[in-house]
Amino acid sequence: MTQTRSFQPQPICIIRRLRAALLLAASLVAVSGCHKNASGVNPSSLGPTTAPETRPPAPTASLVADPLAIDLGQSVVLNWRSTNAASVMIDGIGPVSPNGTQTVSPSTSTNFHMIAKGEGGTVEANVRVTVRIPVAPTVPTETGEAAASADMGSEAAFHQNVQDAFFDYDSYDLRPDAETAAVKAASYLVAHPDIRIVIGGYCDDRGSAEYNLALGENRANAAKTALSKAGVAPGRIRVVSFGKEKQFCTEESETCWQENRRAQFSLDR
Amino acid sequence: MNSTTPKSRQRPGPSRPALAVVLWALCMLWVTLTPTAPPAWGQDNIFTGTNTGATTIRIAVADFKPLAADPQTAAFKQTFDATLYADLAAAGIFDIVSKSLMPPATPGAPSDIQLQGFANAPASAAFVAFGSLGQVGGKLVANGFLFDAKNLQYPQVLAKQYSEDPTDDSARQIAHRFADEIILRLGGGTPGIAETKLYYVQQSGSNKEIWTMDYDGANQHAITHVGSVSISPRVSPDNTRLAFSSLGRNGFQIRMYSLVLGRMVAFPEVGGTNVSPAWSPDGREVAYSSSRTGDPEIWISDASGNLARRVTSFRGPDVSPAYNPRTGAQIAWISGRTGLPQLYIMNTDGSGVQPMTDGGYATSPSWSPNGQVIAFAWDRKYGPGAPGGQDIYVMEVATKKWIQLTHDGGRCDFPSWSPDGRHIVYANSADGRADHTRIWTMLADGTQRRQLTGPGADMPNWSWK
Repeated sequence: MTQTRSFQPQPICIIRRLRAALLLAASLVAVSGCHKNASGVNPSSLGPTTAPETRPPAPTASLVADPLAIDLGQSVVLNWRSTNAASVMIDGIGPVSPNGTQTVSPSTSTNFHMIAKGEGGTVEANVRVTVRIPVAPTVPTETGEAAASADMGSEAAFHQNVQDAFFDYDSYDLRPDAETAAVKAASYLVAHPDIRIVIGGYCDDRGSAEYNLALGENRANAAKTALSKAGVAPGRIRVVSFGKEKQFCTEESETCWQENRRAQFSLDR
Repeated sequence: MNSTTPKSRQRPGPSRPALAVVLWALCMLWVTLTPTAPPAWGQDNIFTGTNTGATTIRIAVADFKPLAADPQTAAFKQTFDATLYADLAAAGIFDIVSKSLMPPATPGAPSDIQLQGFANAPASAAFVAFGSLGQVGGKLVANGFLFDAKNLQYPQVLAKQYSEDPTDDSARQIAHRFADEIILRLGGGTPGIAETKLYYVQQSGSNKEIWTMDYDGANQHAITHVGSVSISPRVSPDNTRLAFSSLGRNGFQIRMYSLVLGRMVAFPEVGGTNVSPAWSPDGREVAYSSSRTGDPEIWISDASGNLARRVTSFRGPDVSPAYNPRTGAQIAWISGRTGLPQLYIMNTDGSGVQPMTDGGYATSPSWSPNGQVIAFAWDRKYGPGAPGGQDIYVMEVATKKWIQLTHDGGRCDFPSWSPDGRHIVYANSADGRADHTRIWTMLADGTQRRQLTGPGADMPNWSWK
């Protein structure tokens, strides 16, 4: 049976889980020990010979993951094999059957640790699944809350380097100053490959709502194209047109209209 | 056309504006200097559909006679009388006899009426609508009659009886139905619109939801509760579904609401900005603007959003499609391919593209039910600091002649034709601010303007029947 699970890599949780797993494993060993005793009565399993003096064979275990590296949200098939094992555990999954597969979607890079225990001893197998995530925690904090955005860089640094582009009325062509800004923005984004951005297209509140949504789309796309040309992967950029449905400034003046005719860059968290 | 004198001019032909202006100025000079020249409004011959099939008919609308004296009946009767009078006055085909000119007696049945009194001056009515209203056996019952005042021997044109639950809304709906019967008989066979609905956008805080109301502004209430910005409602020709566009995490997407089931139904999400849906007259297709491939283009899908195909293919925004409701074979839409948005028409397969305007800022087309005229919003002098405003215009498709319907009333947008082709509903903001936008109706010649809503109502769409 396969099923999909998500992993939350919280260290305390894993330790707890490990503890619980060990307890469970111990109880399972006890249970399976009983089974061994019960089945020991069965002559066919014992065979014709008497009292084997050889030590029970050592268990073997192997664990593979396919693929070994994924993007966030994709899934991995874990495949494990064991022999001579009375109980098999995989951290984070729990007790499993001796041989099996399972589809998992870890939310961060994860070491899958398999422990196979038998009468002949205990063996372990490991596989590391690398998850490529745009937002990876780098500065571990005590709360674990703010960590998620760390690789995005600071909001201030982002806005200093990636500045909103402003447009002439009814135009979606980048002005020369915006072209220059786009090059600067692109170099910042290339230097910070974990940053994903969303570009919002905005229009002033003159003109018609429906047309302005299309115009806003074109403005945001013009900014996206400029960034792509300067080397930012298009997959890192999301585009949303707000037309004149959201306004930065609501006065009826040219200053205000200019404020509203823009492509706004934000961190896409 | 009737009493107003809207000016109509040939669209300037040459593409070079300077030359056009010079030619036009010379023309006007010639017009003013030539004594035999017709006045400028002499060209006003666009047929908008108002007054179809009939010259104005003088009709007397008598207050209905109460069948009982209880106060509830009096309240219902007041609603009924006011609604019937307003419906017939708004129909655009009647000259209503002032109540002060009518005979004092209130006829409740054919045996009561002194028809000659209505036919004689000062009432001089050609037709008389009258009847009785009251509660009978727990029902609100109305008996309505339409008599031909000039035919004393066989005067009865119409006799109708209605029986509904006794509520104020029933009184209003009965009046609408009786009005539509009268309009159907006297209006050249075109059904009345008193039972039609308007769908529109209502702003509340930073959200916008889709609302509906009766054609006269009564009974305003919300339909959607999306909790986002929902715009551009368009009701299907059979009044069962409502297409609109809502802002989600990935931008605007076409959404579909079933008016029969009372809930959202599936419509696939695609990439980009997806706005301004429009129904084909057979209800099988929806045209809309989609930027799934980058540039906003017109796409057509089936009514469930599947089998989408791209119709336009030109750099620049393409939005706001509107089918020719008569043929279903043509689409009017707005394109910014040459700069400022202009009105175009094409066949539904994308062939036969024709520019209809060649200047200013044109938006929001609505094709008249007879297929001959397109209403749209146009700011002919659009630009920073330019004088003039965005007004409602109608253009005859065959000749590209146009008439300006609204004047100096602030920003107007989103005209939508009534199914009888005699009315246009539109949004107007007197000071240009979006949150001050109200919904108005007018006759298709620009007369009889009437405000239907308070501020925050926008983007009206008139039901197909």
